[in-house]
This record gives sequence, C-alpha cells and structure tokens, in this order.
Amino acid sequence: MAEENKRPITFRIKRSLDGNRDSSTWEEFEVPWEPQMNVISALMAIQRKPKTKEGRETPPVVWEQACLEEVCGSCTMLINGKVRQACTALIDSLSPNGEPVTIEPMTKFPLVRDLIVDRTRMFENLKRAKAWIFIDGTHSLGPGPRVAPEVQEEAYSLSRCMTCGCCVEACPNVNDASPFMGPAVLSQVRLFNLHPSGKMNAGERLDAVMGEGGVADCGKAQNCVQVCPKEIPLTESIAVIGRDTMKRALFGWLLK
Amino acid sequence: MAGSKVKTTTDSGRVRRVAVVGGGLAGLMTVIKLCEAGIPVDLFSLVPVKRSHSVCAQGGINASVNTKGEGDSPRIHFEETVLGGDFLAQQPPCLGMAEAAPNIVFLLDRMGVPFNRTPEGLLDFRRFGGTLYHRTAFAGATTGQQLLYALDEQVRRFETEDVMDGQGVAIPGEKMVHKLEFWDFVQLIMDDAGVTRGLVAQDLKTMEIRAFPAEAVCLATGGPGIIFGRSTQSTICTGIANAIAYKQGAIYGNGEFIQIHPTAIPGADKLRLISESARGEGGRVWVPKNPMDKRDPKEIPEKDRRYFLEDKYPLYKNLVPRDVASREIFAICYGENAGIMGRNEVYLDLTHKPEAELRKKLAGILEIYEKFVGVDPYHNPMKVFPAVHYSMGGMWVDFERDARGSLKVGSPRNHATNLTGLYNVGESDYQYHGANRLGANSLLSTIYGGMVTGPAIATYYDNLDKSAYDLPDTFFDKAAKSEQKKYDRLAASDGTENPYQLHKELGELMLRDCTIERHNGVLDKVIEKIGEFEDRYTNIKAVDTGGKANQALPFARHLEGMLILARVIAQGARNRDECRGAHYKPDLDDKNPKAVNPVGRDDKNWLRSTLAKWGGRDGAQSKVEFIREFDYSIGSQSIHVTDEVDVSLKDLQKRDYTKKKAAFAADAPAPNKADESASSAPLNK
Ligand SMILES: Cc1cc2nc3c(=O)[nH]c(=O)nc-3n(C[C@H](O)[C@H](O)[C@H](O)COP(=O)(O)OP(=O)(O)OC[C@H]3O[C@@H](n4cnc5c(N)ncnc54)[C@H](O)[C@@H]3O)c2cc1C
Repeated sequence: MAEENKRPITFRIKRSLDGNRDSSTWEEFEVPWEPQMNVISALMAIQRKPKTKEGRETPPVVWEQACLEEVCGSCTMLINGKVRQACTALIDSLSPNGEPVTIEPMTKFPLVRDLIVDRTRMFENLKRAKAWIFIDGTHSLGPGPRVAPEVQEEAYSLSRCMTCGCCVEACPNVNDASPFMGPAVLSQVRLFNLHPSGKMNAGERLDAVMGEGGVADCGKAQNCVQVCPKEIPLTESIAVIGRDTMKRALFGWLLK
Repeated sequence: MAGSKVKTTTDSGRVRRVAVVGGGLAGLMTVIKLCEAGIPVDLFSLVPVKRSHSVCAQGGINASVNTKGEGDSPRIHFEETVLGGDFLAQQPPCLGMAEAAPNIVFLLDRMGVPFNRTPEGLLDFRRFGGTLYHRTAFAGATTGQQLLYALDEQVRRFETEDVMDGQGVAIPGEKMVHKLEFWDFVQLIMDDAGVTRGLVAQDLKTMEIRAFPAEAVCLATGGPGIIFGRSTQSTICTGIANAIAYKQGAIYGNGEFIQIHPTAIPGADKLRLISESARGEGGRVWVPKNPMDKRDPKEIPEKDRRYFLEDKYPLYKNLVPRDVASREIFAICYGENAGIMGRNEVYLDLTHKPEAELRKKLAGILEIYEKFVGVDPYHNPMKVFPAVHYSMGGMWVDFERDARGSLKVGSPRNHATNLTGLYNVGESDYQYHGANRLGANSLLSTIYGGMVTGPAIATYYDNLDKSAYDLPDTFFDKAAKSEQKKYDRLAASDGTENPYQLHKELGELMLRDCTIERHNGVLDKVIEKIGEFEDRYTNIKAVDTGGKANQALPFARHLEGMLILARVIAQGARNRDECRGAHYKPDLDDKNPKAVNPVGRDDKNWLRSTLAKWGGRDGAQSKVEFIREFDYSIGSQSIHVTDEVDVSLKDLQKRDYTKKKAAFAADAPAPNKADESASSAPLNK
C-alpha cells in the first residue's frame, strides 16, 4: 500500500461470547495500518485497545495462535470468506485499497467463543486410523530402513499436514448430516501405509477408513486441495486410499 | 509394553500418574519413556501438543553419524558443543548427548520422520554453525515439525493403550496417556516436607481450576522468548511455568544467556526465522560496499559487495556460531551504519544455488520468506536482521556422572530440580548449551533430555515410599481453592493498565537494552524500569471478564511471570562482568580497543553458573537472590550443589573462530572430503 493510503483498516469480526452461533453478532474495529501488517497483528492491536469502531468497550477478541509462521495450524479461520491461517493473511494483499476485512470462525467445528472452534474430532480421527508407525520401542535398534529420495519426497509432502482443518471446513461432504471424517486423515493413512515399516499395518488403517464416514463418503468436490495451505495432494491421497480400500474390500479376506 | 513390574496403582486401587507439563519434543519424549517403563502420564499443554513451539524448528538435528567420510565422531561433536557454549555447559550431560545422538536420529527415522536422503537411500546431513562437519540431519526445512509429529504420533498410540494393574489386567477407562490440552499449569502442590505431590491447572476453555495429584511433576515448557515482545518463538513461549516454579523455590540457572539468531525477517507480530540451514546450504551474508548503492542487489557485482563474515572468518565463513555472527551484523548496521541503505538489514543470499536443490532442501523456510515478504528468495537475496531466538538459561537441573564421566542413565538425579519430585527438561532447563547454543543442538538436547528424564522419574517413582494418591482430597482441594481465589481477584482487578500494552512495553525494553550488546549503565535502568512495570502491574485492568475461553486473565498471569523472569535475566546480565558466548559487554571486550576494562572471558571469576533464587517481594517489586551453593534432597540422599561448572572432560581453551586453520586438532574434516557446501561456491553458476 502506498504511504499516503495508511489510513486505518476496518475489521468486521463475527463474535460470540458464549459459543452459541445463533446469537453471534458482528463487531467492527478500526486498526491503524502498519508495515508488514497481518490479521494477527491487527487482532493484537485490538487486544491492546479493545474498543469497537463506535468507541464502545468490548472484551478483546479471542483466537488461537502459536507459531505465526503457518506451521502449527492454530490460527485457522475464515478471512474474507476463505478458510486460511491468519498469520499469512497479509493486510496489504487483503485490503490493497483499504477495503474492510471480514473475519469469522470456522463453521464445521463446534464453536467455543469468537474465533475459537473445537477441532478435537480431527485428532480423534488420527487415533481411529492408527496414524503412527508401530515401533518396537525407543531403545537402540540401529538405522531405519533405507528410503529412496523420491519416496522421501512423497512422504514429506504428505507429512506436512498441520491438522489445521482447512480441508474439513471446505469440504461440502462434511456437515451436520454426515459422519464423513474429511480429507486430512485419509491422506495420513496414505502417508503411514507408504512407509516401509508402516506398511505392515496398512490393513488396520484401511479398515478404519472403510466404514461409516470413511473414504467412500468423499463426494469428489476437490475443494480440499484448493484450500490446503501446504499444497498436500489430498485428492490424490483420497484416490489412492479409495483404490486400496476397494481392493481390500474385494480381496481382503484372501490376503488374511 | 505397558504394565511392566511397576506398581501403577495404590493399595486402594487409584492409578498413580506422573504429570508432564509440556508437549514439545522434550515433554513428548519424556512421556514415551515413562510409558515404556509402564508409568501412566497426565500430559498438560497450552495448545494441542501437535501445535507446540517445537514445530517451528527448521534446520535440523545434530548427530555425528559420519556418513560423508569426514571422520566426524561424537567426541568431536561433544568438544564443539562445549567450545561453542564457551565452557559454561555441564560437560557430562553434553558428552552423553553427543554419544546418544546417532541412535536418536536412527530412532526418529524408524518412527517415520521423512529425513532427506542421499542417492543411496541413506540419511543426508548438512552443515550448521560452529562446525566444519556435515552433521545435521534434516527433513526439508521443517525438521522440528516432522520430529514433533513423529513423537506426537507415538504418544497418540499410548493414548489408546490401557493401564495395567499388578496382575496385568487392563483397568477400565484408564489409558497410559491422558492428555489435557488447552490447560495452563498454575501452581505446584507440595507437602509440608517440600515434596512435590501434584499441580493445579486451569482449563483455558471452561476456565475451571482443578488440582491434580501426581507422583512427580516434569516441566518441559520451552523457552521464554515472549519476554522480549517479538522473537522467533511461538507466542505461547512466555516462560510462565518456570517462573511459577522459581517463585515456589526452584533455582533458575544462567538466565542472562539469551541467544540472538543472526538471520530473521522483521514483522509486526513476530520476527520470523530464516534458519542457519540457509547458510549451511551455501547462503552468503553480505552488504553493498557502498551502503547507499541503489542498484538491485542482483546487479551489484562481486567487487562491490562486502562478505564481511567470510572476510573475517576464513575457515568457518558464514557458519561461525550465532553469537559471533549476530554481533558482526550488529556491528555492521549500528557500528558502521553500513546496513543496506543505512537500515538495519543485511543480505542473505542463496541465488547462486540451483533452484531445484533449494526446493528440496530449504522450501519450508524460503516459503516463509515468500509468504511474509512477498519476494521470491530463489532469485533475490533476502533481507535479514538478528532476533531473539533461544534461552540457554532455564531451570537448574542436576545430573549424575558415570565412571567415564558421561551421564548415568537411570539415576533419579538426572534433570531433577532442587524441589524434590519436580523435574525439568528441554529448552526450559539450563545445562546443555552453556553461554551459546550451537545450531541444531536444541532438538537434540530436548529429545536426549527426554530420554534420560523419563528413566530418572521412573526410578524416583519406583522408590517413593508414599503416594500422592493416598493424600486426603482436602489437601488438593485447598490448593485448588487458593488458586481459584487468586484468579477471582485477578478477574476483579479494575485498574487502568491493559496487560497487553504493558507487555508490549516490557518487550520493547528488553529487546532494545538486554540483548546483543549490554552496558552496565543501561542495565541499571532496565532493572529500574522492570520495577516500574511491576508497580504498574498492580494497577492492572481485567479487560475481559468472560467465563469462557477468557484469554486476557491467563495472559495477565503470564505477564506476571514474564516480569519475574525479565528481572532474573537483567540482573544476571548486570552482575556477570565478563564476555562469554551470547553475553557480551563491549566495555569488557578484550578485542575492543575502546573497552574500559578488557577482561574478555573471565574464567577466574565467572567460570560458574548463575544460580538465581526467588527472594520474595519488596512491595510490588520482586527480588532475586544470587547464590553460590545450596542443598537439595532426593529420596534419602542429600546433595550439595555449588555453582561450579563440570569441565572435567575438555580443557578450557580460548574461543577463536577467526583462524585460517581449524580451531583445534579435532575439528578438521578428513581432507578427502573438502567442504563443498560452504560459501566458497562461485557466484552466478
Ligand atoms: C524458528 C525456530 C527455529 C528453530 N530451529 C531449530 C533447529 O533447526 N534445530 C534445533 O536444534 N533447534 C531449533 N530451534 C530451537 C528448538 O526448536 C526449541 O528449542 C525446541 O523445540 C524446544 O522444545 P521444548 O520441547 O523444550 O519446548 P516447546 O516445543 O516450546 O514445548 C513447550 C510445551 O510446554 C507447554 N507449556 C508451556 N507453558 C505451559 C503451561 N503453563 N501450562 C501447560 N503447558 C505449558 C506448551 O504448550 C508446549 O507444549 C528453533 C527455534 C525456533 C524459534
């Protein structure tokens, strides 16, 4: 933004003190522009001066945050209608000409307060899918299996999932009426089933995503890949897991 | 695994748990070791443990696996660690750590960490600061994230495993790990004999305050970077847990040693790190010879650039230790006014490296630059400046030596604080990094720390003659009630000070006056100012009175802790009249011709740990007592501790990275493998 446009930026924030979506209200705040401003630094400025645009005192907005480098996944919210991390939401690109910025909590998770939602479900899904390698123990057993660089690259790209919830939020098949687990966990199954020792428990993981709410509930809308901040090939993962579960359903009893 | 011979229940059938506070790498590794010993755990964290600050680590983890034919060894790693730490690190734990490192990296590999590979499918290693060897294993440039996820996954597995009773029968509803995420630790519970019996914590969503019995408590609560306002650390790194334990009598060690990382990007909310791995992969630091050179940096020819680190440190070049590099950048920008366009910025340049290689090895950090600065770092030199990064200091913890002088694994003294039953591990402890931490040694020390803290607590647990779970409920209720009262009082504060604003001012003060260069006169003012902040704190305003996910009140509590530790840091810095590692006073620098009293590193007076003890309050202002010795007890043992540093394994030596030849015999890599990734690579390949 050019220097002369350093006027205050207006933030419209959807708030709920008690976590009840039905009684949510919108509040507007005005925050002076500053260099390298992002949504987080704006929210911080509101904490220091919790007054609405009309000058009414109000409790500071609450939200989750930790790393502020888009690697922990905490600060996921809807910004101008799009699900993303607030730390990488730079004001100069959201509001090049001083347009107001809208901030809301994610809608697919239970609301706690203001911008905080409860993402426990995603972690529970990781448990259900046994998203880990079954190691024998942490005692010294020498180096792990050799891995080709290409396999490492594939694994690394899947392993960057922050469990942030963007894909779940964007997925039309995740809703109150459906038990669908969402894309993130399916991609984790692919990750662990790819690993040389993780493969040994591939069947258990596939079983976990075959039942109700599993991979078959994906409606192939492809929204997930578009919103994933880490560009994880989620639809590809879903296709792989879809194929593997299909094989298991058809021939699984033969392989047992 | 679960349900070995340990007695996991009391006679009345209650499950005996250990409380681990903190689910970063150190906490999670401790939990895993405890579970493997059959001990159930309550795991507390401010955030889901998967979002702990450890995710931020970028560059990698050190281990002398020596797969590059350089003749590297754990012994050399150990020596470079203590030299890098300017001899303030306790040597036996450092030796134990360096020796365990290769197996730690192998273990992580077995857990599925996608470490980068060589064409043969072996682990790849890169260079980091303070060494000439390729010793750093890495997973792209988000190594901490990948390590944290691996441990998080193993802990999740224990969340699904049952606790077994003495007969090996699963106890219904009891899992090995019980996670309490979004819980804030607020107080230790100690009995009349001074033994830790549990803790009080607050649920950050419902604001419920509850007491938890525990056979032992382990703090693995990370660094205190937020005391400096903005730093490279996560915003949850306030150091509060250590401040609480310190206030309850735990000794704090070497608080004044704060690492400033040479290369970060300034931001309004945070200073974002550009990892040392950028230089490990060949990144070069430079400024235009003419600071006012208006040309695009790519257009500035070699002859008009000043590679000031390479010029002064021909052997280590851009990979001198962090304290050294940060001071040089500081000297260029402040001392000579020679930063880019006279601003506080220097170039960190990777543009001579092939983009494809950078994408494989550094994408994680270059992405951060691209996303936050909006400039493509593959083709444009980055602009960086130093930032507060890491605390070498932390809670004082003990260790026990074995016959060789290394750490005796399984001793209940390892990582024990002076409060019986309280342990501390990770960035929140003080013992591995001395006066300056070498890059990629922290991830190692957190995991190694966890690997020895788990067994230490297991021994302590096995030998307890009384269980916290046999104490009456009223004992715990009392503790919870007293914390509830404090919280209610905080909620009723109707002063005028906004805690967030007060924190901002504290941060600005500490960042400006208590970091790279320290002057006694200035420090006196800092200490006075901290006192003023403490006074103002008593006039705080509860800006939020909400009963759900109230963040303002817990923040106010954290701020109180930050003020306490800020004083420990500032007074420790004021007292230590020497230059050692990250602690630097120009007036005392033996290489500064203008120094008033050029003592440099003063081993005669200052080869000792700073031990800080809570001294109560004088009005609103906290007091620190600096002590030289103390006693503590563990089981029936009484242990006498002094501030002496154990330097029994490597002789003192002057720390000099300017030489053309290796600083000491061991640190020269075998000649058959010259250092290729160092910054001698030709420009414009
Ligand atoms: C940007 C960056 C890059 C880095 N890169 C590297 C690198 O490449 N190599 C390297 O070796 N090191 C690196 N480091 C350093 C390293 O990441 C940290 O020192 C290390 O991860 C600390 O781990 P920890 O387990 O001690 O603490 P943390 O990961 O900080 O975890 C602390 C835990 O304690 C919890 N906690 C804190 N207070 C409370 C409380 N009151 N109640 C309940 N829970 C609480 C938190 O929720 C969290 O779970 C880097 C650091 C930064 C900032």
